[in-house]
Amino acid sequence: MKVARLAATVAAAGLALTLAACGGNPTNTASGSDTSGASASSSGSGGSGSTAPVVGSASFPESEVLAEIYAQALQAKGIDASTHLDIGQREAYIGALKDGSISLFPEYTGNLLTYFQPNATQTAPDDVLTALKAALPDTLTVLTPAAAEDKDSYNVTADFAAKHHLTSIADLKGISGLSLAGNPELKTRSYGVPGLQKVYGISGIKFTAISDSGGPATLKALTSGKVDVADIYSTTPSITQNHLVTLTDPQHLIAAQNVIPLIRKDHDNATVDQTLDAVSAKLTTQSLLDLNAKLNGPSTPKASDVAAQWLKDNGLA
Amino acid sequence: MSVFSQAMSWLSDGAHWQGDDGFPHRIAQHVGYTALTVAIATAIAVPLGLWIGHTGRLRGLAVAVTGALRALPTLGLLTLMVLWRGIGLTPPTIALVVLAIPPLLAGAYAGLESVDRATVDAARAIGMTEWQVLGRVEIPLAMPLILGGIRSAVLQVVATATIAAYIGLGGLGRYLIDGLAVRDYPQMLAGSLVIVVLALVLDGCFAVLQRVLSPQR
Repeated sequence: MKVARLAATVAAAGLALTLAACGGNPTNTASGSDTSGASASSSGSGGSGSTAPVVGSASFPESEVLAEIYAQALQAKGIDASTHLDIGQREAYIGALKDGSISLFPEYTGNLLTYFQPNATQTAPDDVLTALKAALPDTLTVLTPAAAEDKDSYNVTADFAAKHHLTSIADLKGISGLSLAGNPELKTRSYGVPGLQKVYGISGIKFTAISDSGGPATLKALTSGKVDVADIYSTTPSITQNHLVTLTDPQHLIAAQNVIPLIRKDHDNATVDQTLDAVSAKLTTQSLLDLNAKLNGPSTPKASDVAAQWLKDNGLA
Repeated sequence: MSVFSQAMSWLSDGAHWQGDDGFPHRIAQHVGYTALTVAIATAIAVPLGLWIGHTGRLRGLAVAVTGALRALPTLGLLTLMVLWRGIGLTPPTIALVVLAIPPLLAGAYAGLESVDRATVDAARAIGMTEWQVLGRVEIPLAMPLILGGIRSAVLQVVATATIAAYIGLGGLGRYLIDGLAVRDYPQMLAGSLVIVVLALVLDGCFAVLQRVLSPQR
């Protein structure tokens, strides 16, 4: 009995490994992607003659929906794109891009730059992009970034903003005994308490470390008035759901994190560029907030369906 | 240099032994949370356990409820309490009291059950009231097991009070949570070592106390 069960477990594990290995194959069609439009498997429209692009994503909903948007936008232009979602951490998917098992990936400018250049200090969007282009390996390139950003952001309640006439981080300077909540690293990181002091001259900040990355406990601390300001990622649906005010960052304290297509050079051609540039032109932080709110919605729709709807609404497919 | 030797030099750095972030202050906070939690949990669980043990009533229910409480994940409970009460001292205290109640309750009722029925009957036979039976016979004889319950509760709470740092309070959990946030593993290991030593010292104190307060045999 036990031996049979053990054998079955080993066989299942072996099968899982084989399947996982298959997932790296560029000809493999996509987990969860809409295969309509991928039926005509013509070899390389656009004249480059290369194989069909595979769009990868990291393992969080926003990355998956962006990958679906890229893939379906390309499919609408007759390119036989497929997706390979849920790859995990940057170490894993950059490796997959380098070995060619995926060819296109929705990335964020600032984080991608620090991956290739850990001591990078650029924070303004243009500076980050310039540095990023210089830091990329020879086989990879980036296209035009979108206005959309997913990054740390300082948020206050609507009441607090109205009371102190706040629109920007700089407006916090006059408030004495300001309290701030966020992940523990905010206490020492350059974009956290030290930066607020040095760049914006806000002193005497009372910091409360809450280790849920701007999740429910941080939100509760802000909405219950225990803290004045909270660090919440800029595309978290709770920002709009609770009518929070995200303070602007005129001095670029927080490094830019624009959404940008990272692509293998052997898959980059005029059609792909035009298609993805058109997508990036429509993609704003508000779009990401709406997409995330939909993905987190009670009906938990599939990323592929949410992506299809967004492309349709923006006249891209 | 290995993480272990880095942790050792982190521990021996004088700068880490003073101020609000220093070990003495963090240890005091940690012991404070533990004492508060165990005091509240003892006030709830020990009288209840003594009543259950003395009367024999609701024993099945007590076993079932303590079993269920033991299965509750403390961090999950903490998050739930934060959503209900906001951040502050209350959420971790409630979460840790729930953690401490099962061993205290079990120690109290099992302690009374361990007392020889013949001894209890003899006490009644010489005319003791129920309160005298409880206070002069049952509790003194059950003391080793009651203390065992407190000892076990203290150890669990000392080890778990680190979660207070998750929502911005102090205690030794700060070293773990702050270290993890910036991948400072020597700091995390140093914090863990201090927690281990603190737990061993407290356990040693209880071992002595248990020996002193046990009835002579």
